[in-house]
Amino acid sequence: MSYKGKFRVWRGDSEGGELKDYEVEVNEGEVVLDVIHRLQATQTPDMAVRWNCKAGKCGSCSAEINGMPKLMCMCRMNTFEEDEVVTVTPMRTFPVIKDLVTDVSFNYQKAREIPAFKPPADVKPGEYRMQQVDVERSQEFRKCIECFLCQDTCHVIRDHEENKESFSGPRFLMRIAELDMHPLDAADRQHAAQEQHGLGFCNITKCCTEVCPEHIKITDNALIPMKERVADRKYDPLVWLGNKIRRRPA
Amino acid sequence: MTELERHSYDVVVIGAGGAGLRAAIEAREQGKRTAIICKSLFGKAHTVMAEGGAAAAMGNVNSKDNWQVHFGDTMRGGKFLNNWRMAELHAQEAPDRVWELETYGALFDRTPDGRISQRNFGGHTYPRLAHVGDRTGLELIRTLQQKIVSLQQEDFEATGDYEANLKVYAECTITELMKDGEAVSGAFGYWRESGRFILFDAPAVILATGGVGKSFKVTSNSWEYTGDGHALAMRAGATLINMEFIQFHPTGMVWPPSVKGILVTESVRGDGGVLKNSEGKRFMFEYVPDVFRAQYADTEEEADRWYKDADNNRRPPELLPRDEVARAINSEVKAGRGTPHGGVFLDVSTRLPAEEITRRLPSMHHQFKELADVDITKEPMEVGPTCHYVMGGVEVDPDTASSVVPGLFAAGEVAGGMHGSNRLGGNSLSDLLVFGRRAGMGASTYVDSLQERPKIDEADVDTAATEALAPFELEGGENPYSIHQELQQSMNDLVGIIRKEEEMEQALGRLAEFRGRIAKMTVEGHRQFNPGWHLALDLRNMLTVSECVAKAALLRQESRGGHTRDDFPGMNAEWRKKLLVCKLESDGSVDVTEEQQIPMRPDLLELFELDELSKYLTEEELPAK
Ligand SMILES: Cc1cc2nc3c(=O)[nH]c(=O)nc-3n(C[C@H](O)[C@H](O)[C@H](O)COP(=O)(O)OP(=O)(O)OC[C@H]3O[C@@H](n4cnc5c(N)ncnc54)[C@H](O)[C@@H]3O)c2cc1C
Ligand code: SF4
Ligand code: SF4
Ligand code: FES
Repeated sequence: MSYKGKFRVWRGDSEGGELKDYEVEVNEGEVVLDVIHRLQATQTPDMAVRWNCKAGKCGSCSAEINGMPKLMCMCRMNTFEEDEVVTVTPMRTFPVIKDLVTDVSFNYQKAREIPAFKPPADVKPGEYRMQQVDVERSQEFRKCIECFLCQDTCHVIRDHEENKESFSGPRFLMRIAELDMHPLDAADRQHAAQEQHGLGFCNITKCCTEVCPEHIKITDNALIPMKERVADRKYDPLVWLGNKIRRRPA
Repeated sequence: MTELERHSYDVVVIGAGGAGLRAAIEAREQGKRTAIICKSLFGKAHTVMAEGGAAAAMGNVNSKDNWQVHFGDTMRGGKFLNNWRMAELHAQEAPDRVWELETYGALFDRTPDGRISQRNFGGHTYPRLAHVGDRTGLELIRTLQQKIVSLQQEDFEATGDYEANLKVYAECTITELMKDGEAVSGAFGYWRESGRFILFDAPAVILATGGVGKSFKVTSNSWEYTGDGHALAMRAGATLINMEFIQFHPTGMVWPPSVKGILVTESVRGDGGVLKNSEGKRFMFEYVPDVFRAQYADTEEEADRWYKDADNNRRPPELLPRDEVARAINSEVKAGRGTPHGGVFLDVSTRLPAEEITRRLPSMHHQFKELADVDITKEPMEVGPTCHYVMGGVEVDPDTASSVVPGLFAAGEVAGGMHGSNRLGGNSLSDLLVFGRRAGMGASTYVDSLQERPKIDEADVDTAATEALAPFELEGGENPYSIHQELQQSMNDLVGIIRKEEEMEQALGRLAEFRGRIAKMTVEGHRQFNPGWHLALDLRNMLTVSECVAKAALLRQESRGGHTRDDFPGMNAEWRKKLLVCKLESDGSVDVTEEQQIPMRPDLLELFELDELSKYLTEEELPAK
């Protein structure tokens, strides 16, 4: 069940680079990351790639496969034809360091700008009481493995370096929503979402939701409800549209 | 003098998993300027992969639970070889450490009355694992990561600099510890991205580097688990204990080959999943050892009743400690009753409704569907043992986490003693929190007690730099990937689940041969993000650690927990009293010596029935009755 697969991988660094072609063995049941590892072990020992868990849990191995933002460890080779060329490139929204490895520090900066969970002043450790239904909303967002694929995809920053300053991206707008929906968080979040983190830039295209490997409904469950809460104070036609227009079921 | 980037801290924590982050939080809260160093990005450490939960006797689901019962289970699970003081501290402090996470923002699954829900797991008498579905490790690491960020935000408020007192150096690998005489004075390493060297000048270093599984072929562990901390500690003069004890988790994926070893959480069994052989038989009933007969059911009916009424029934044998289940699966496969791909069946599809499975085990459902085309709500999984956890590690003082080297501390999987010969599921995540915090306190107290700051010797820095660059020097040598593959195969085949004297001797012969070969490796390319070079440097550590495992395993002539000798099948009470201590000789070889265990405190001994104690302890050790 083994065949010679055709791979085209971006090789280079911050100075520049190019797509290089490789022929490499592919075996039954393998994922793209397995094939990249085989390239490393047999042809290109210095090819840079990030990975850890190989099971879709750590969010390290993000890249673009035939142009689609994906986790390499969860992309099965049997989703391609045997003679199809599989092109693997680094995430486009972030500056390249080397080969498939990009500089994702933008995300860590944004994370730092969101005020942390503010524990309720009068509840002691061990005395937190919350109902499952109430924690579930935030729990959905806490499934995030920080692969940053949604950040990579979002058109607000994908080809607009200039927006990075004022827009935190779906992952971090969702973090604000998560804190906002935390049953015991004592801080006010909605203003900051709009004013400092650029919620207004989002025009609910749902591209982020489509690429999320954790299948988190980023737009429907985090961003739109946040917009609605903000819109309690301000009228935002997009929210209104988002609620009225039925979208293609996922 | 080597040109490099230099930083000065009070405490340097190597590792950003649960143990390292909790240690760093403590050190920073004790007012110490702290650095966290890790090989991967921040938030990607191995802890993120933990699934089942964190064990803490909060008594939320069964109010009979308390630290004494948890302590007893932990000692039993480790076959009484555990450092009892660590097991005691762990059982006592775990609930506070879990509750504290809620104040950092963690959101655990809840009981109907709004407390933290707890689930059953192998070897735990009561439902004890705080959890979030089957992604508890992710919750733990994200929560600690976010707590670090919140401390940085406090520092920003106060100083205008997020990183004034607490900084994360991600994708940075430490290759050597620095010493001033006997005491630690810092750490030397390189940035993975640029390949440039970096030096940390610090009077206290906390190792929180995790485990060693990458020395084995079939493993649930990631590339990070090359035993760096174990080897760094030894090179700095510290000792390792219990290295012969490696936990093979009974349920790893076996098919397809590329995912072989990836973990299938024990929660599958905790929530009702059963193990069957190719004849459809629930074989675990045949494998209940004498020491556990009293606690485990002998019929399927009783085992099934237990899930509903745990007080009046005994537990299903699928929930025996991991070493027992792994050996049983191994025997079934050897006896020809395995599945097509050489495992056994783990079935939850006939045990729970589909919605229940996807709610309780979402990531298992996802993992099998995506990676193996198996829908676990409809069909059984195929599973087999996988190298999962190393019980052995740096010998530490239980209260302060200090090693025998002044200024060197260790916590988490890299520390030894707490779990004895076998770790119970869920006891690692709680271990990280309890001893991570203690290491942070221990290091802070140590720093306060110093009259003078230990200094870095520039000659040592030059040596560390030369050694790190050595693989670039040679041309035409072997490639590190092939040596690594051979090492993994040897450890798997010769020092695996079932061990024999001749095989271990053979393994030691091969390890000596690998040592010669790694001295002559060649890496291609340049220093910038070069995985071949990184692996070449890690191999040195893997070899040292493998040598510890093989040598200690050869010496211990009994079977206990994660060490099974074909030629010495029984447990031996005389051996229980002994620890095997590994130390590095000046020529780089590993020396193993015996050390006597400290007898358990009488008030702790009293927590067990005499009957049970007599299965583990020698005549003289038993309390007079
Ligand atoms: C799939 C899986 C599931 C598990 N499920 C559970 C569970 O449900 N419950 C439970 O209790 N336990 C579980 N465990 C075990 C538990 O997850 C680990 O034992 C634990 O997370 C180890 O944590 P740690 O903090 O010691 O190290 P890790 O989280 O592994 O962190 C090690 C850190 O050290 C860094 N590091 C290593 N070497 C160097 C170096 N040379 N220089 C710089 N940095 C370095 C790494 O980059 C990393 O940041 C599971 C393990 C696996 C593999
Ligand atoms: S829905 Fe909003 S955040 Fe998501 S991709 Fe579209 S614009 Fe970006
Ligand atoms: S929300 Fe989804 S896509 Fe975005 S970082 Fe998290 S896991 Fe990745
Ligand atoms: S390697 Fe962890 S998500 Fe792919």
